[in-house]
Amino acid sequence: MRNNLFSYNLVDTPIHRLSGLTKLIAFLFLTFAVMFSYDIRVILAVMAFSFWVLRVSQIKFSQIRLMVIYVIIFLATNAIITYLFSPEEGVAIYGTRHEIFHIAGRYSLTQEQLLYQTTKFLKYSSVIPLGIIFLLTTNPSEFASALNRVGVNYKAAYAVSLTLRYFPDIQREYVDISLAQQARGLEMSKKAKLRDRFKNALLIIIPLIFSTLDRIEDISNAMDLRGFGKHKKRTWYNSKSLKKADFLAILISALIFTATVMVSVFINKSRFYNPFI
Amino acid sequence: MNKDPIIEFKDFTFKYYSQAEPTLHNINLKIYPGEKILIVGPSGSGKSTLGHCLNGLIPFSYRGDISGSLKVKGLETSELDIFNLSKIVGTVLQDSDGQFVGLTVAEDIAFALENDMVPTEEMKERVKDVSRIVDMDGFLTHSPYDLSGGQKQRTALAGVMIDDVEILLFDEPLANLDPATGKTAIEVIDRIHREGQETIIIIEHRLEDVLHRHVDRVIVLNDGRILADLDPHELVSSQILIDNGIREPLYITALKYAGVEVTKDMMPGHIWSLKTEAISQKVSSWFRSIEKPETPRKRDSILKIEDLSFSYDKRRQVLKNINIDIEEGEMVAIVGKNGAGKSTLAKLICGFERPVEGRLLYRGEDMEDYSIKERAEFIGYVMQNPNQMISKNLIYDEVALGLRLRNVDEDEIKSRVEKALEICGLSPFINWPISALSYGQKKRVTIASILVLDPKILILDEPTAGQDYRHYSEIMDFLREINDLGITIIFITHDMHLMLEYTTRAIVLSEGEVIQDARPSDVLTDQEVIKSANLKETSLYNLAQMVGIEDETEFVQGFIDYERSVRLKDEE
Repeated sequence: MRNNLFSYNLVDTPIHRLSGLTKLIAFLFLTFAVMFSYDIRVILAVMAFSFWVLRVSQIKFSQIRLMVIYVIIFLATNAIITYLFSPEEGVAIYGTRHEIFHIAGRYSLTQEQLLYQTTKFLKYSSVIPLGIIFLLTTNPSEFASALNRVGVNYKAAYAVSLTLRYFPDIQREYVDISLAQQARGLEMSKKAKLRDRFKNALLIIIPLIFSTLDRIEDISNAMDLRGFGKHKKRTWYNSKSLKKADFLAILISALIFTATVMVSVFINKSRFYNPFI
Repeated sequence: MNKDPIIEFKDFTFKYYSQAEPTLHNINLKIYPGEKILIVGPSGSGKSTLGHCLNGLIPFSYRGDISGSLKVKGLETSELDIFNLSKIVGTVLQDSDGQFVGLTVAEDIAFALENDMVPTEEMKERVKDVSRIVDMDGFLTHSPYDLSGGQKQRTALAGVMIDDVEILLFDEPLANLDPATGKTAIEVIDRIHREGQETIIIIEHRLEDVLHRHVDRVIVLNDGRILADLDPHELVSSQILIDNGIREPLYITALKYAGVEVTKDMMPGHIWSLKTEAISQKVSSWFRSIEKPETPRKRDSILKIEDLSFSYDKRRQVLKNINIDIEEGEMVAIVGKNGAGKSTLAKLICGFERPVEGRLLYRGEDMEDYSIKERAEFIGYVMQNPNQMISKNLIYDEVALGLRLRNVDEDEIKSRVEKALEICGLSPFINWPISALSYGQKKRVTIASILVLDPKILILDEPTAGQDYRHYSEIMDFLREINDLGITIIFITHDMHLMLEYTTRAIVLSEGEVIQDARPSDVLTDQEVIKSANLKETSLYNLAQMVGIEDETEFVQGFIDYERSVRLKDEE
């Protein structure tokens, strides 16, 4: 089978047992914590914590390999571009300049820049395990009910969960259409020029759009016939009521968040940790 | 009957805003509580529209002009909204995949309750209860991908029954099911009808399959009008079915061939109710009089599959040691239940996938080094759903696409496209937009767009799925004409009529192996093969047994031979 980008995996772990709502709140707390802080010590601590949770939830590397590769490419590109556009950003932030060596023109490597970029890289990459945990341990429909319970309109929440539900179908259909079009002579391999490949991709996407529209009509009829949208609210078959473990998880993530803010306010007196002064 | 009707149409007329003529004309119909009604009619007869009026999709989702009255449970439907109506009329839609909104069986069943704000705990209880009725209680946590077509449909059924509806409306319940699953579906509906109080309405054009079980009345619809409202026995002994493009049961056709005058006293509505004492003699002597056609001479092999094995993940073998030799000009059906490996085999032939072991030979030459595109020069593949193949607005451009991609010059493209369209009967539409065509015509466009590439082998995936009898015959007769031009045709299909009437050979796959490669008449009378391929025996087989013919297979074959000789005479 094809490896999907997001595939909820059903194993029974303490993390899976938490309610979707808990996981959403904890995810938001921890994400805000690492987004807020530029203290590499704090970020490393959160990162270590999230890797531990990743282990507990029994997610295998093979499941997330594709996602990890994409993210690393993205972050590496981001780091290079940041350096190209503002090689002295670190110096401006920390207010000192410790040059390690000079490269060329206005580009030289400083300790400040190195710390700044490493911090930023870790900051972003520590969000990844959190996101992976959330997506892979939350049943997509529970995900919708969680969104609904933090205030998102249930129709919008359901749209999200239906997208997750039909994503694999559409992916499969894309492959089928693409093969049938290739059998008519469409060249999608590297032999074709980039411009032609783009044009050819359109020949696959157009039938895909039409058959997806048919599907949408079917599903919206089915939903109307079963009373979707009748009331302002709805209940959820899959909503788990919050248990002790849920409150504990929310408490821990809230504490981590508060601790991060405290570190910034009282120890660093800024969002940045500055070892250079 | 002294009860009040639960459904009452009175001079009911409906016209879609987008159409010039009404789709339903002056409908007058009463349905009483607890009845089981079958509504038949060809495509475009208005039968689905009638269903939409009952469940409220008209006028809620599809708007139009309504005149006359439609009362459900004594309430005028124009004063109800779709939500109130859905508490009385539960609808099981045609495409059980498309209506699966939940991520698991339990959630899907609970969907209507969720929307009614039923508390989670109560919901779980009711889901458990109703899932038991349709035998899905062991599958509550399964996702739709793990379910068969029949299981999806039973889930959909539970999803509407959970509302305690009084009317169950089935919109073409057999459309996406294989023969065995369709048979079970009809049995499940029948059991629910006998055990419960619900009124059952089935909209379907596959008459014989629904008549596998008792129905109270059959309503025939065509051109938006009710043409008949009869019990099954009267209906099949009348001319109405043939006049309105609905296929009559096969055993009825056989009786007519045998010169039997079918009357309602023979109870011919169902094969199991048919009285055969008076007619056995006639059928037997007809059977003995059928002349056997000459066996056609052997032709050269066009596609040979040798010791082919395949696996997607190197663990589970999807195809095991397949050996098939297809002769030039044959019409072959590849059958088997979902997951038996039929589509995978087609993919291997087209080069979409590569064999793990074994060889594929085209006219004796190994195709191993041929790319998808190179194979496409002589193997054409037509997908089931034409909407998945069409990517241009105009018919001409769509058919020309393959040639343009091959950089053929425009003059030659023009003459080849014109020729392909002529073969497909589409010449008058050459400059039309594809969106103006019917589903069957679109199917022809996709076939034309493959034919234009001049293939020697044509592979069609379920070419007749969802087609009524008239369109089915049109498409199939057309394919037979193409076959007469010398093109070898391979069908991937569940359709037993297609196998019987149009192919000379059926290859049955089960769990990745060829379990039979024989005449369709052999396949459809072999109980074991029928079971492992999710087929069902044809009613001709039952008829043979009922009139005391010992060799059922030869009887079925005799029917096929007779039908072909009738056709040849017609053509002359």
